[in-house]
Amino acid sequence: MVKTLRSKKPKAKSKAKTTEKDSRKASTKLKKGARAGKPRSTRVVLLVGTRKGAFIYRGDKSRKQWKVDGPHFLGSIVHHLVLDPRDQQTLLLAARTGHLGPTVFRSTDWGKTWKEAQQPPAFRKAPDGTNGRVVDHVFWLTPGHASQPGVWYAGTSPQGLFRSEDGGSTWSGMDTFNEHPMLPKWIGDSGGTPDGPKLHSILVDPRNPEHIYLGMSGGGVFESMDRGASWRPLNKGVAADFLPDPNPEYGHDPHCVLLHPLQPDRLYQQNHCGIYRLDRPGDTWVRIGNNMPKEVGDIGFPITLHPRDPETAWVFPMDGTEVWPRTSPGGKPAVYRTRDGGKSWKRQDRGLPAGKAWFTVKRQAFAADAGDPVGLYFGTTSGEIWTSPDEGKSWRPLAAYMPHIYSVETAMVG
Amino acid sequence: MRIFVPNPLHSYTRGRAEVEGAGASLGELLADLDRRYPGFRFRIIDEQNQIRPHIRFFVGGEMARSIAHLINPGEDVQIVCALSGG
Repeated sequence: MVKTLRSKKPKAKSKAKTTEKDSRKASTKLKKGARAGKPRSTRVVLLVGTRKGAFIYRGDKSRKQWKVDGPHFLGSIVHHLVLDPRDQQTLLLAARTGHLGPTVFRSTDWGKTWKEAQQPPAFRKAPDGTNGRVVDHVFWLTPGHASQPGVWYAGTSPQGLFRSEDGGSTWSGMDTFNEHPMLPKWIGDSGGTPDGPKLHSILVDPRNPEHIYLGMSGGGVFESMDRGASWRPLNKGVAADFLPDPNPEYGHDPHCVLLHPLQPDRLYQQNHCGIYRLDRPGDTWVRIGNNMPKEVGDIGFPITLHPRDPETAWVFPMDGTEVWPRTSPGGKPAVYRTRDGGKSWKRQDRGLPAGKAWFTVKRQAFAADAGDPVGLYFGTTSGEIWTSPDEGKSWRPLAAYMPHIYSVETAMVG
Repeated sequence: MRIFVPNPLHSYTRGRAEVEGAGASLGELLADLDRRYPGFRFRIIDEQNQIRPHIRFFVGGEMARSIAHLINPGEDVQIVCALSGG
């Protein structure tokens, strides 16, 4: 039996409350997702996961006015909130609380009601007397291939890969990955990122549902050509300065990996050790971050792509010097954009604070919409959402006073 | 027996702070509660059958260290959410 919850929403009068009519309207005519192709005459919805719950922002046609619906699951740690682009109706939300273990919730009415997964992602029970792994949190959710409705993938902390074939209600571990004899070596014992090692960036090739990439912090990028039956590392050319061997086969720390939906052989990654591009069938990443200004460097968490131009990407650099503050270099936040696949980069900071601003933008918290021009959105750990309606030329605040933001996803609705 | 349920789990018990359950051990009781309130168990017991880090169980006033802890007739069970940070 599946549990049904009603989302708790704030009682404030104002634009902050979305009516049921709004929700119905939004759920009736959903259009294609932000990373899926040419622009449409639709409105942008932002799906925001935070340390204290989830929020849904709906923009008007001009993307200037926004109404917020939420918080959903106030007090829960929400790492990811994702719309299913296949039915353009189902939301999946990864949650846990400080006390309660990890789970996944599902809504088909834009958050008016939620149902908890019958079987959330969980590792296999280890034989008695041995230590088994425990999912601390579900970090990443990826809808499966367009030809496989109901299929979803989840990445967890610690590194685990899970699959659902029923729209996120029951999840099974992919043993060919989770029980792979090499996995302990791939992920090492470094402990991973401060809030736990994680599996993320699960990418399904839009041409072939058997072809899957994933990223692990730590562990590196891996590829499967047979729907996860076998895996191989794909890290050649990527630095791993924090390891004794700076050029290992695996053990890297990709922060965010993306493939371009219209040119799936083009991959980008923002890594702990720089910004990279890979053009398949090649297997050697090129450090395009070497073309960033030296005083800024090429360290960061997120990267996001132009939905129609595989040559265009944006990053949000952070300070990776000395003790790794992971804030905007020099307290001067800026986005950097390339329009030539990383051969050159342009600083885009108009409208952002000129100084004394110590932003951190996490790996899931930078997204592009499918508009023309493309709208950009990033959320900060200090609880602000910034937006650019013109592909990064200018920026303005969209929301403030929010909890620590973990993720920002976009969707287009009618 | 009576089970006292902390606030974070009230969404499972339909708002009730006190529920009834049965079992000769904590493990059996949790299986019973999960049948009555699906999803309840996994939020407080992990997939290796260990009590989650910020959850405590008191059986007849005594802290239970594992789900193997036996429950004597007449004992109540209290579930407590321990400190978990900000």
